[in-house]
Formats: sequence, structure tokens, C-alpha cells
Amino acid sequence: MGSSKSSLRHIPNAQELIQDTGFSAAHIQRLYERFDLLDRDQMGRLRVPDFEAISHLAMNPIGDRIIAAFFSPGKDTVDFPSFVRILAHFQPTDDNRTRDSSGKEPYNSPNRKLQFAFQLYDQDGDGKISRAELLQVLQEMLGMQVTDELLQSIAERAIQEADLDQDDAISFDEFKKCLEKVDIDQKMRIGFLS
Amino acid sequence: MRRCGHGHCWLLGTLAFFYLVLLSGVEADAKSDHHSENGHHQNASSISGIPIVTFKWHHVETPYTVALWIIVAGLCKLVIEANHHVTNVIPESALLICSGFILGGMVWGADKKQTFKLNPTVFFYYLLPQIILDAGYSMPNKLFFTNLGGILLHAVIGTCWNAATVGLSLWGCHMGGAMGDLDIGLLQYLLFGSLLSAVDPVAVIAVFEQVHVNEVLFIMVFGESLLNDGVTVVLFNVFDSFVSLGGPAINAAEIVKGIISFFVVAFGGSLVGLVFGLLLSLLTRCTKNIQIIEPGFVFVVGYLSYLTAEMLSLSAILSITFCGVCCQKYMNANMDEKSVTTVRYAMKVLANGSETMIFVFLGITAIDKTIWVWNTGFILLTLLFVLVYRVIGVFFLTWIQNKFRLVPLDLMDRIIMSYGGLRGAVAYGLAALLDENKIKEKPLMIGTTLIIVYFTVVLQGITMKPLVTWLKVKRATNNELTLIEKVQNKVFNHMLVAIEDISGQKGNNYMRDKWTHFEEKWMSWFLMKPSARKKHDHLFNIFHMINLKDALEYVDKGESNGTLEFIRNDTAFIDFKKNYEDDFSDVSMPDLTIDMGDDTIANPYARQTRDAVPSISLEMHKQTNYGLRESENINTHHLLQQHLYKSRNQHRFRYSRSHFDLNQDENEVQEIFQRTMRNRLESFKSAKLGVAPPKPITKHPRKDTQKKMPNGKSTEKRSYYSGDEAGIENPSFMPDLDPRAPVQIPPWLAEGELDSTAGVAPSQRAQAGLPRTPSNLNRLAPLRISTRSTDFPTSSSSQQSNELPPPPSPPPYHPHKI
Repeated sequence: MGSSKSSLRHIPNAQELIQDTGFSAAHIQRLYERFDLLDRDQMGRLRVPDFEAISHLAMNPIGDRIIAAFFSPGKDTVDFPSFVRILAHFQPTDDNRTRDSSGKEPYNSPNRKLQFAFQLYDQDGDGKISRAELLQVLQEMLGMQVTDELLQSIAERAIQEADLDQDDAISFDEFKKCLEKVDIDQKMRIGFLS
Repeated sequence: MRRCGHGHCWLLGTLAFFYLVLLSGVEADAKSDHHSENGHHQNASSISGIPIVTFKWHHVETPYTVALWIIVAGLCKLVIEANHHVTNVIPESALLICSGFILGGMVWGADKKQTFKLNPTVFFYYLLPQIILDAGYSMPNKLFFTNLGGILLHAVIGTCWNAATVGLSLWGCHMGGAMGDLDIGLLQYLLFGSLLSAVDPVAVIAVFEQVHVNEVLFIMVFGESLLNDGVTVVLFNVFDSFVSLGGPAINAAEIVKGIISFFVVAFGGSLVGLVFGLLLSLLTRCTKNIQIIEPGFVFVVGYLSYLTAEMLSLSAILSITFCGVCCQKYMNANMDEKSVTTVRYAMKVLANGSETMIFVFLGITAIDKTIWVWNTGFILLTLLFVLVYRVIGVFFLTWIQNKFRLVPLDLMDRIIMSYGGLRGAVAYGLAALLDENKIKEKPLMIGTTLIIVYFTVVLQGITMKPLVTWLKVKRATNNELTLIEKVQNKVFNHMLVAIEDISGQKGNNYMRDKWTHFEEKWMSWFLMKPSARKKHDHLFNIFHMINLKDALEYVDKGESNGTLEFIRNDTAFIDFKKNYEDDFSDVSMPDLTIDMGDDTIANPYARQTRDAVPSISLEMHKQTNYGLRESENINTHHLLQQHLYKSRNQHRFRYSRSHFDLNQDENEVQEIFQRTMRNRLESFKSAKLGVAPPKPITKHPRKDTQKKMPNGKSTEKRSYYSGDEAGIENPSFMPDLDPRAPVQIPPWLAEGELDSTAGVAPSQRAQAGLPRTPSNLNRLAPLRISTRSTDFPTSSSSQQSNELPPPPSPPPYHPHKI
């Protein structure tokens, strides 16, 4: 990729990002190009319409949720570092990097990945997946051939199976427990460039 | 088919049998008659009276026989397909070969000689091209080109390896005396090895269709089977020439020539195919006035590409493959929906028919005394070497491949790949083309080839499915997944796909981006109809916000132009079409609402398969029984399983020969799309209009600036929904509907609609002084197919005016009462 160091200069905080997220310089470069491409009004920030412009995303049942996941609560733009940080969740888990320099858990740890997944359900951010929230996700993901009553029964069933402390909602720990047999790293990883 | 019952099938079968026997008898007679006629030429006209009816067999002999054979082959297939239990175990191709045996036996019984066999000329010129064309045309391009490196590796190196090792080992054994007394030299062994080396596309499709494997695996084997023709042709010709030249004449120069000829043949063949593919696309670009002949072009041009390559002694299969591969996209874009369906279906029919005939004739050809030359050593050793070297070759090559692959091929994939190296009719065809003067043992070779073909197709075909099942079962983990897990798995899948899209990750991006760029800029411009090009262009960027912005500006402009005359005056009617004919004449509006033929944008999910996460679809559903709630449990699980939207990874590609799924996944995609759009519109609306509760607002066409916007929006929204059947590619194109007319509003949208049409508080901008809004804004939504659709902020009104489609006659509109 040539002199990647020098071409990173126009990317703000590139070094910090590299440290923080575990992406390599080439990855950051590539992501920056992508960010640039998506950023249609060239303001250095992405907005919801920019995401929605990705045609394939419109066909994803949970596309809207994924888009929302990029935006921190209350903000309606995404800058490059946030963009990269979210995408860092999808790196393969790097066992050697259990704690990075600042002592925070790295983005691609299984825990963080699960948190990301949990966040998709939990739109109101109260730390629990309520029945209504689960129902909403089910509605998006199931075909419209399934009636509401059936969906409700599925949601209820699901909560019953997972809910250990009987509060009729799934907390993050219960969620984690449910998925302990699943190889999170395998399920939530994409190869970035190599 | 069930209703037909076995009785009828057997009756038909027996009928065919008698007919055939009769015919072969008659034919023999006719032949002798013909000869005698020739001999007694002068006396031929000695008839005693006027014949009322004569039996003119020799006039119709050839076409009649051909037609009859086609019917017989079809009947065999009918009989075979009667019982699915059998076809689940034994692949159809194997059964067809067996019926071929039976038929051959019948003919032989009647004629005491082999009257019919798989003639190489007929095979190569009339039976094979349509199969390959179908393969190329329905090839998943993205998948193919992503894995092209691996495919080429196997096709070129794998085939050469097979040829070399089989030939050399056989020769070694011959030298060692294992085969007795055969008159075959080294070169002839190599020739034999080369004709046996090719994995056959026909056989691969036939067998793999039964066994659903993951896409990567399939494309590897299938791609290899298609592309190895380049190598096989070269090897065959080279060794054939060597055999003709004789041993001493071969020196380094000849060998170098041989290598060069490989490149020429392979690339030349592909180039010819490419040229014809482009020609085809160009042709379809120009056929907008006579759409009825469009389908014809595909077949003829495809066939021409095959013949041209053959004429230039290049690889014909490669040529027709690339013709199909290259023209797919443009054909689907340019052609009318009906033509697209016709082409696809007709291709499948032809390919299916050819395949049936090939297998039946492969069976029939076996019944020929001349080739029943048995040499145990030769045959068994050939078989052994073919199988063993395939396994070794595949494992070695995939080991190399895995070093470069993102998602490595695991053991099971490799086993299937090596087991899937089926030989088929191409090998036989090449064997039959051998020159018996140069190759004394031709009958033995033909016999051996046939035995190998039978072995691979029949035995390996039968055992393939059990093998896959067994391997999978061995490796599958035995968990009963909870509902949450299942849902979550799906969420993960969709998540990955979404993140892939956002981050733009799809393999070798640089080259692909460059190519896409080039392709969009130049090739699409050249080869696609202008209207089709527009449709392709970022349609998804157009709706909601743009629609609304356009609504405002339409009103703006419309007023200034006085084109909203019809609002004021109920009887006035403005013919928009007249003004904008150029842009719209080739967009058939009503059709677009129904059809979703434009696969490339409408269903990227459906059409394109992803290479990220392979999955094997032989599901083993374990149902455990514990307790009463279990049935409930099972039901919910089952429901979940059935109805969860498939993510991209799981859309099985439609390479199947016999299953022609029309737009199945499109409903799903359409529905997701509609729902997403509705959500976005709602969120946009609430964002734009603040949190004012919806107030029903009276609408008076002549007055009130303030009410226009909301009404416009509400009707626009309604008309958007009423265009549900419009399909994804054209949310903007909708039939002109009377909003009051009973519109097929799907139930799930009805409530949304009720909310929206209750009326909304006008936006700032709307209040800022819109002179007038048309009462009926049906046409607002179908606004744009501008190539610069993304520039909405300052879209000029000139841009506007170009794209407004014709309005309906203004239907009456009942205002809401407060």
C-alpha cells in the first residue's frame, strides 16, 4: 500500500485509532476511503441518509437498527473515529490483546461484540430487552406471513427460555448466558482487507 | 404426475418400445428398398396403378427418427420422475443411463446391430451447446469471478495433472506388463489420459443438483468443469498431433508450440465468447420496437459463438460460456420482462432436454459389440488411477489455495470436491473422435471411457448424497438451540451482511471497484438501453426525502407554469406525456408495477450469493420430545425456522436445471423494503414536522396555502402505498390510481395509512407560501429517474419538469372533515 504512514496524515487521529481499535494502517486507510465515499456532502461526518443510500442495506430486515447503532444516543452524525470504532467490533478476536494500553476492553472482545448485539435489541437503552422490544425485532425478521399473536407467543417463549430472574425481560447477563454456546467470534467477524 | 399413475406411464413406455422396434425394422427395410431402388433405377417407375396412399418413409426418415428419439428420451424421463423416492436415492442421470441400456438392448434385439449411438458430431454440435449456454447464462457472476483464481487453478493445473498422471501411470503399468498385450504407446496413453481428465459440466450439474452443497464448493467444481475444456481441447489436439507425427518428430519446438497453443486456444476462445456476448447485448439494446424476437437472438448468437470458436479451432465451450456470462446482465436489463422469462425458461427446457438425451444415448451406446473388448488390467487400473489422482490433485491444490483464501476450504469441502470429479459425455465424445487408424485400440479405449463414465455418474452419483449426509452428521454438533439462539443467529447473519455493506467489504475491492467503475461508465452506456440504465442508477437514493422535496418543488413549479390547471378545472386534462415522451416512451409504466424482472437491483439478495459464510443446506432437524409444552415449543421453533428472512448468505442460487423459481425471494425483499421505507417516511415526517399531533385538516383546492403540503404528503404517501405491487426497483413508478378506488393495501400497511391520512401539521416550508397544491398528488411519487437523482438539495425545476410522468385524469378527492 505504499507509504501508508504518510497517507494517513490527512486522517485525524489515525495513530490513536490504530492503537485503540487494532486495525492496521492499511485498514484505516481503506475505511477512510469508504467513509469518504459514503459522506456525500463531504462534511467529514455521516448522517442517516448517507447510510440509507447504501442500496443493499435497504433490503436488510434489521438495516435500520444497524444504522442506528452507529450513532451515539442523542447525536445524529457519525465522525470517522466513531465509524471505525463501531466497525472494530467486527474484527476477529485477538487473544493477545486482552487489554489495550488504556485499560479498556478492546472492541473486538467477545464481550464487546455481545454488547453490540444486545444493543441492537435494546433500543431504549435501559439495559434490558423487554418483550415489546423483542417483539419488534421478531416482526422485522419474520415474514409478514406470521400473525401478531404467533409472534407474541414466540416472543413470550423466547423470554421464558432466557429469563432467569423472572423479571419478564432479558438482561445483558441473561443474554450472554443464552449465547454462551455460540462462537461469537465466528459469528461476528468479517475480514477487513486480508 | 401422481394422477397420471404408473399404469399410464408403462403403457406409454411399451408403446414407445413397439414403435421403436417397428421403426428399426422398417428402417432396415427401407434401407434395403432404397438400395434396391438405386440399383434398379430405371425400373423404379414401374407402377401398375395410381397409388392412393404411399408409405414414403425415406422422405421423413431423419427428422422422424430425431423427433422420435426426443420423445422416447422424454418418456424415459417421465417414467423416472414418476416416483420421487427413487430419484432421491439414485440421481436422475444414473436412471437415464439405465433406461439407455434398456432401450439399447431393445434396439439391438430388433436389429442385431447398433443402429443408434451417441454420434460425436451430433453430441458436440447439437446437444452440448445449449447446456453450456444455460450454464453460462445462469452463472452467478459475482461468485464466479470472486473464486476465479481457485477455479482456474483447478481447471488448468488440476486437469493437466490428471492427464499427465493417468497417462504416465498407465504407461508405467503397461511397461510393467499389467495389461497384457496392448498396442499402445506412450503418446497414446497420454492422449487417453487427456481425454479422461476433463470433469464434465453435464454430469456435475446433474449430480450436484440433488446434493445441495454450499455455493463456494459448487462454483469451484462447476467452474472447473466449464473452464477445463480449454485445457482438454488443447491437450487432446496436441497429443493427437503428436500421435500423428510419431514419436521421433517431437522436439522442444513442438512442445513449446503445444504450450503456446494452450494460451491461444483458451484466451482466444474466451475472447470470441466475449465478443459475441457484447454483440448480443448490443442487439438487445436496439430491439425496443420488436420485443418478440429478442429471445431468439440469445440462442442464435450463443450458438454462433460456439461454432465460430470451433471453426477457429479454439475452445468452443469456453466461448459459449463467456458469451453467456458476459451478456447476462445486459440482457436482463435491456429485455422486456417477458422476454427475460422466456429466455430463461427456454434455456432450461433445451438444456434439460439435451441432458436427458445425452444420458440416454450414453446408455444406448454401451450396447455395441465392437466395444466390448475386455482387458481387466487396463480398465481397472484406469479407474483406479482416475479416482486416486483426482483426490491427490484436489487435496494438493486446495492446500495451496487455502494459503490465500480468506475462508479456507475445510476437509469436508475437499472431500466433496475430489469426489465430485465426474467424467461424462465429453470424455466419451472425445474418445469417439479418435482416429482408429492411428490408434489401434480404439474400441478398448471407448469401452473403458464408457465404463469410467458410468462408474462416476452412476456410482458416485448415488453415493454422493449419503456421503455428504454422513460427513455432515459426523461433524454436526447436537444442540437443541433455544429460540433466542435461533433468532440471534439470524440477527448475526443480517448484521454481518449489513456491516459488510456499510464497510464496503467484498473481497478484492480495488480491482472490483475499478472494474465496476469502468463498467458503469463505459459498458453500461454502450450496451444498456438508456431507460434500463436509469433504472439501475441509485434508485434507492430517491424516495422519501427526495419525494417530498420534489413535492414541494413540483408544486412550486407547477403553479408557475399553470400546469396545475386541471386542479382548478375539473375537466381540464394535461397531457404530460406529450412533453416528456422521450424519456418515458421506453419505460412501460404499467408493466413495471407488476414485474420484478430486473434482478440486478431488485434482488441483489436473491441473485447474488455471498462467499463469506458457507452453509450446507442438508439440514438435520432433530426433534426431541420432552413434556407437554414440547409440541408448543416445536411449533414455535418450526415457525421461526420457516419464516425468518433469509440473509444473503442463504439464498441458494438458482443453478438448478429443473427448478425454475420465479421471483420467490422477491416478495421477501419487497416486503422488507416496504416496511423499511414506511418507517423512514414516518420518522422523516415526524422529524420534519415537529411533534405537533396530527390534526385533520380540511382541504380546499382553491384557497389555503397551509393545507396543501400535508394533503400533498398524505396523498403522496397513500399513493406510494398503493403502489405496493410496484416492486422494489420502482417505488416511484406506479399505476395511476384513483386514491378512492379500492386499492390493494396490504393489511399491515393499512393502519399506517390511517394514521398518516389523518392529516398532519404543515411544515415551515409549506407554510412559507405555496400557492397551490394539486388535490391529487398521485404522480408525486413517480417522479424521478434522473441520473443525478442524488442532488436533491438544489434540484432545479428544469430537472423537475423532465421527469414528471403522465397524470391520471383527476379523480375527485374527498377532503377530510374536521
